[in-house]
Amino acid sequence: MIKAENLVKQFGSSRAVSNISFQVKEGENLILLGTSGCGKTTTLRMINRLIEPDSGSIFLNGVDIRTQQPEILRRGIGYVLQNHGLFPHYTVAENIAIVPRLLKWDTETIRKRADELFDKLKLDAALKDKYPTALSGGQQQRVGLARSLMVNPPVLLMDEPFGALDNLTRINIRKEFRMLDELVKKTIIMVTHDVQEAFEMGDRICLMDKGEIQQIGTPEELLFHPANDFVSDFLNEQRLQLEFKSVLLKEVLPEVEEDLSVWDKMEALLQNKNSQSDEVTLDQLMGAFSRFKKQNNG
Amino acid sequence: MDETQSFWQFVSQQSDKLWSQTWAHIGLTMISLILAIIIAVPIGILIARKQKLSGIILGIAGVLQTIPSIALLGVMIPFLGIGPKPAILALFLYALLPILRNTYTGITEVNPAVVDAAKGMGMNKWQILTKVELPLAFPVLMAGIRTATVINVGVATLAAYIAAGGLGEFIFGGIALNNSNMILAGAIPAALLAILLDFLLSLLQKINLKSIRVAWLILPFTFITMSSFYLLPTQIGGKMLAGFTPEFMGRQDGYLGLKSVYGLGIETVVISDAVMYKAAFEHKLDVISGYSTDGRLKAYDLVTLRDDRHIFPPYYAAPIVRNDVLKKYPELEGVLNQLSGSINDSVMTDLNFKVDQLKQSPEKVAKDFMMDKNLYKPARNGTKGTIRIGSKIFGEQYILVQMYKILILGNTDLAVSTKTGLGGTKICFDALTNNQIDFYPEYTGTGFLVLLKPDIITINQLNGNRDQVYHYVSQAFDQKFNLKWLKPIGFNNSYALMMRREQAQSLSIESITDLTKHLNQK
Repeated sequence: MIKAENLVKQFGSSRAVSNISFQVKEGENLILLGTSGCGKTTTLRMINRLIEPDSGSIFLNGVDIRTQQPEILRRGIGYVLQNHGLFPHYTVAENIAIVPRLLKWDTETIRKRADELFDKLKLDAALKDKYPTALSGGQQQRVGLARSLMVNPPVLLMDEPFGALDNLTRINIRKEFRMLDELVKKTIIMVTHDVQEAFEMGDRICLMDKGEIQQIGTPEELLFHPANDFVSDFLNEQRLQLEFKSVLLKEVLPEVEEDLSVWDKMEALLQNKNSQSDEVTLDQLMGAFSRFKKQNNG
Repeated sequence: MDETQSFWQFVSQQSDKLWSQTWAHIGLTMISLILAIIIAVPIGILIARKQKLSGIILGIAGVLQTIPSIALLGVMIPFLGIGPKPAILALFLYALLPILRNTYTGITEVNPAVVDAAKGMGMNKWQILTKVELPLAFPVLMAGIRTATVINVGVATLAAYIAAGGLGEFIFGGIALNNSNMILAGAIPAALLAILLDFLLSLLQKINLKSIRVAWLILPFTFITMSSFYLLPTQIGGKMLAGFTPEFMGRQDGYLGLKSVYGLGIETVVISDAVMYKAAFEHKLDVISGYSTDGRLKAYDLVTLRDDRHIFPPYYAAPIVRNDVLKKYPELEGVLNQLSGSINDSVMTDLNFKVDQLKQSPEKVAKDFMMDKNLYKPARNGTKGTIRIGSKIFGEQYILVQMYKILILGNTDLAVSTKTGLGGTKICFDALTNNQIDFYPEYTGTGFLVLLKPDIITINQLNGNRDQVYHYVSQAFDQKFNLKWLKPIGFNNSYALMMRREQAQSLSIESITDLTKHLNQK
């Protein structure tokens, strides 16, 4: 779906992105992960031509993006920013109608689509006539997402979408977003510096440092088969939690059918401490996980 | 004139003039403001994009702002003449900076995340500008326009100095004629205008720009601009154009007298004496009201027209001295009178020309003249006492003071201290009667009309006659103030009508009667 080839971008004397290539399949979530200044945001912004690479090319569905006028290209790609980027002088309803209006949708279609998204994102319809400053951080971020989803673009670019939120809100919204059917089908490239977030949200993770890709692969690949010391060092601090999050329940207990990570199951078990109806206990789960780990590391 | 006339009486009597001045004032303000908006807003947007340019452009606008308005107006006369054109250009220049700076600030202060989002959603540059940047910068931009408006309403009063009309005509006329009703009739509407325009713009500031198409803004904008031109005073284009000072316009021994005594029918504009001579020289005006010994008469090759019906009272210069000083130092009177009869109008014009135009120091001009006339003697450095000489603030008085200083130092054992720069007549005269100076050069006409304020019968009896006026003031000052008028120096610095020499000669106009005849020919 998206193919980047040999991207290079220089800002003055510093090289922000040096010769990186990657591919994103349709419906996949690719996380660009790294510390600030590693080139992840520059890479993201090259995809909708907010930044033009010095060399290299990007193909969207096999078409070079440079063949399209940037404005037209961008209208077909959803874009969510860290500070939501809502227009302070537009109401919520007007804000989410920006791209549809650019595409000359009629008012009624816009209204219907807005209602639909409001419903899905659990936003109160009364917020529509409010200005962004009257909204909470979580609400603003949801509206920002709704705005990017209005015209149902096949590709979504997200630049630290949860970065401005407090920890608790972030975790909750993240969870909601993961469950959202609108997002499930989409090809998403998301930038974050938060390792937990990357492992929760990403089908694949592209770990970057100093403008170069250190490793690109599934969370499990990064955890259990790090390409170099940088990758293992980067993940070390939160390794156990990341492992719980990236290993699926069915990988450690093949007889269970549930499509959950070990972490999700642990949370579920801890919440229902009293009910004995569960087929596995916390102890059994831990035992199975450590057996799984031994196999993988051996 | 009725001295007790109330403000409301004045306003109702002059309501025609007041309205036309107010409309002209609005016209000048609006046109210059709109021109400034048209130019400054795009430039402000440009320098917000290209930050490197911002320093230079804001610097230039800042420098323009610091140029004194009268100087700016004077500089423009050779290119734009007098009237509304240079006034609008000057006002336009003054309005640039606030609009420019606020546009720049407004645009640069728009949250970059919002602009980034707009770009990322696929808005083009024009859409980002009109739907995001300008609406968000609008309150700041409007604040700049409001500042510019208030500045322009104020500066537009100065338009009266260059014949562009406006409320300044009343304000400066009132100041010159010491008529507070007239000052207020100009100042109050000007203040109300500033408040009203500011209020209207504050309403506009609250408009939510995103819901309005740019075209809808341009429409009323152009309408206001076009209609503003109709508010400006129009010149009918008669045979000749006269430029008179606000003071001259309102005086019996000025324009009023010209109309009633000579029956002079000439198209007039109000103008400041600072630019009047130059405007005549530049062929922008044909007749002006000057002072007969002004150095600019020579600088711009102008001639005075003979006042053959004597409406301008004589203004012969002579020192007025406190009687007790003359008693204490009897030698003083004879020494001061040495100057009498040595300076006529053209000599005084020439001396003024040297100081005002050639920028020679009054000391040098005075010394050169005294040497020339064999009146100079080296100072004796005596210590008998000190004579304090005062003067008003203009070149002619400085020269006279220096001459008297040379005479006293060279012929007596007295020392001299000079107190130049005593403002106008009132200040000088009060200094003299309060024993702060011992004498200063005064003019008979001023002593007569301003200091003695005689009744109309006396004025009519004496007016025009040099000796009778001198006699009258001498007696009255001696009795009333215990002051003595010494012998007149010889020149007469009175009001005079002036024309360019070549024009006056080609039309054979020598007197005001000739001028009236010429104008009445069809």
